[in-house]
Amino acid sequence: METVKINDLACNDLPWKIHYDPVRCTLCGSCIAACTFEAIGPKMERRRITYTESETPEPKTRFSAQPVIAQRNVIKNFCRGCGVCERVCPNSAIRAERNPDSRFNVVYQTATASGPKRGGRNNLENQARTLDTIRVGRISQMTDPSLDAQRHTFDCRAPLGRILPAKGLPFQQVGENRLEQSGQTPPVRWIYPVIIGDMSIGALSWRMWEAVAMAVAYLNEECGLPVRMCSGEGGMPVRLLKSKYLKYMILQIASGHFGWNRIIKAMPHMVEDPAGVLIKIGQGAKPGDGGLLMAAKVASHIQAIRGVPKTDLLSPPNHQGLYSIEESVQKMFLSFNAAFKFRVPVAIKVAASATSVSVFNNLVRDPYNIVGGFFLDGIDGGTGAAHDISLDHTGHPVVSKLRDCYLAAVAQGRQGQIPLWAAGGLGKTGNLAADAFKMFCLGANGVFTGKLILQMAGCLGNDHGRCNACNTGLCPAGITTQEPVLAKRLDPERVAENIVNYFLAMDVELRKLMAPIGNSSLPVGRSDCLVSTDKAVADRLQVQYVC
Amino acid sequence: MCRIGAIKSRHYVHPSQALLLMQSQQEGHDNSGFAMVMQDLGGIFEAYKHLPTLSLACTDTGLKIAEDLLHAKGFRRVYQWVPDTNRKPGLDIMAMPNYVFQTFDYPEPYRTAEPKVKEELLVGTRLQLRAALEENETGFAYSFWPDVITLKEIGDPRDIGTFFNLWKADDNFTAKVITAQCRQNTNYAIVRYAAHPFFLQGYTALANGENTFYQKNKEFQQSLNRGYIGFESDSQCFLYTLHYLHRELGWPLSYYKHVITPLPFEDVVKREDQQQLLAMRQSLAHLEINGPNTIIGVLPDNTLFTCCDAKKLRPVVVGRDADTVVISSEACGINEVLPDRNWETDIYPNEREIVVIDDTLEVQRWKQ
Repeated sequence: METVKINDLACNDLPWKIHYDPVRCTLCGSCIAACTFEAIGPKMERRRITYTESETPEPKTRFSAQPVIAQRNVIKNFCRGCGVCERVCPNSAIRAERNPDSRFNVVYQTATASGPKRGGRNNLENQARTLDTIRVGRISQMTDPSLDAQRHTFDCRAPLGRILPAKGLPFQQVGENRLEQSGQTPPVRWIYPVIIGDMSIGALSWRMWEAVAMAVAYLNEECGLPVRMCSGEGGMPVRLLKSKYLKYMILQIASGHFGWNRIIKAMPHMVEDPAGVLIKIGQGAKPGDGGLLMAAKVASHIQAIRGVPKTDLLSPPNHQGLYSIEESVQKMFLSFNAAFKFRVPVAIKVAASATSVSVFNNLVRDPYNIVGGFFLDGIDGGTGAAHDISLDHTGHPVVSKLRDCYLAAVAQGRQGQIPLWAAGGLGKTGNLAADAFKMFCLGANGVFTGKLILQMAGCLGNDHGRCNACNTGLCPAGITTQEPVLAKRLDPERVAENIVNYFLAMDVELRKLMAPIGNSSLPVGRSDCLVSTDKAVADRLQVQYVC
Repeated sequence: MCRIGAIKSRHYVHPSQALLLMQSQQEGHDNSGFAMVMQDLGGIFEAYKHLPTLSLACTDTGLKIAEDLLHAKGFRRVYQWVPDTNRKPGLDIMAMPNYVFQTFDYPEPYRTAEPKVKEELLVGTRLQLRAALEENETGFAYSFWPDVITLKEIGDPRDIGTFFNLWKADDNFTAKVITAQCRQNTNYAIVRYAAHPFFLQGYTALANGENTFYQKNKEFQQSLNRGYIGFESDSQCFLYTLHYLHRELGWPLSYYKHVITPLPFEDVVKREDQQQLLAMRQSLAHLEINGPNTIIGVLPDNTLFTCCDAKKLRPVVVGRDADTVVISSEACGINEVLPDRNWETDIYPNEREIVVIDDTLEVQRWKQ
């Protein structure tokens, strides 16, 4: 008998095991063709077959080599549990099952001398969410009536841009009853309070990115919702840069400066200003870590847009050359403000951190009034690719930190001067309207979301460790891949339609929350209308505790 | 729910008219108090228009504290009026032992000072008085300002009128502008300061309604001016916004409406002055109000105005004859004060206008 080779990888070491029923399988091969990870393959097995050759049953047995579908026990090709095999199987013969006894975290490192990486989402453990302990509990009744979500008008808009205190407005009185503006003020755009978060055209397939851009254009042009989309770090198609639809896009620059060569070259040809510039300093899912686009996804069109060879693209963890907040304000912000002649708001995105309030305080006190938004990204945010160690063990939740920043502004009488935008796991349960609304009440002017957009597009991943393979370029849904064959699995029109429908539904739901508290504009900072069933949460966020 | 009212006249008006105005609306309020601010004073105070009058309700201890404090600051009393109160049993009133209306001359170094300097002295002194009287609740300093008297008390407005002998009109205690309201702050603890109208540096405001952006307003206002304190009522926010906009920022009154109830974005973008309106909205986003409201306000030059919330969820009507304009939550109040007016010219302000009455009694409707 063969010796047990205990140090060889076995399928039961992996996080997912393939359950296969050879009786139901017709060997059509659909599952193997569909599995982008090559986690399953054909295999010959010696099988005992029972048969009869007479008209009455006279069972005989024989052994023969039979083709079957089997899981591959190769560390590179481990099953991600995406379930595509099950989706395509006409006979329900195959499915992936979660392996509670997985030894993956150990065997991956012992085999590869590197830590596992994944894309998609952060902490996979399902903790109770802070926002789920909060309800909108101050309902208008009797003397201050609820509004009618269907009949009344509501102003669901949020500012992006630096807002001057009223005493700093350059107004001159003309005649008895009229003020006129006599000087320049920083640009401010009133936009929909949900921004589609920064997912680059390298992280997403070009078809997915196009679908999001189409949805944004449709929401603006046809539905009257001024939704903005952030490009992510990685540039944009030149045709879009030169089109009128640029006004719906927020251009992102991060430490790798990817794509900015093309953007700068396109500037003289721009017919519209972009909606804003977002300087990414940090990301909530992997704070302190730079961007990462694995070589597998650096296809020729990505190389062209970013001006790079096919290699792992790592953005440094920090902007080289920025050593202090003063420098970031003076150099970088001033440069970008000047680049668009002070017509475009320039905002900053940082990862939530124990020090976020200090950073915010420094920016809100800057004398140049050039930071037009503080985007705070929390631990539950998404990512295209990151090391598991960063995802699982670094980060800071966004809810309390957003609240801290807002209250810091209140303490200085500066609330609203730098609009606060929050993200990081918002909409994780599928309902973004509720999460966004609670964040508004805690002090956010708006929220941004990325991961949820992927869910709308048909992402198969979830927070229980399913798939999360955005980093591999092998996305089975065609969302985060640059492989033409895979990208074609995605129907951009359908994805755009899904996104548009979701935003329309969310807009109605936001009104369904504004109406019962009797507000026709966003209740930014109205924490009095929230209650929490968790005493610790209530105390921390300064909302009413109820039981 | 409360009811509010205001009278502005070419002639001096006795507070009995304000009681009459409010009494007919008593089914709409709960008879829990009476408060009024009189501006542009006649009668016994007419000769002292340029000097500040302190309106104080206090205990004997409180009176001493106040007098000592004012004396120490160098104020010199030039006139005092103590209303002849009727303390007969059975009246529904939680009376204070003393009601004092004293007019002072400014401390010597301030007599020739700029008006702004004097005005800061007065508000600072009132805040000091308030703080000194707050301990053990020995008194309530409602206003300390030239040509202004404030009276607030808890109880049935009818009995409060009887207590202060206000039902019988005379020429001694009169004003050309009287704002009044008949309800204590019954939502929360009964606090005398919580009764409308509220007064600060010549500005008066009173409201019928609820301000559901109270917390936002309060958090923003409390760092804007040392006089923005108390917040015992959500309606104080209306006064502080009025004061901030008109006095601190120096903006015309016409922009008050744009700050508290901004036009919807879809309407703003159609306006020529959209740049200014958007700048205001974003800079003063935390002064926006929500909820059902009608506001009556008075400016230091005695201009009277009224406006409503953006959905017009509370009533108000403006009636007038040749000499008097009356603003009231309900028309029945005006019927009592101006029974012979032409009611067909009554104005029912809409949600997008301010109705303004200046000293010539010209009634203007400013469309937002």
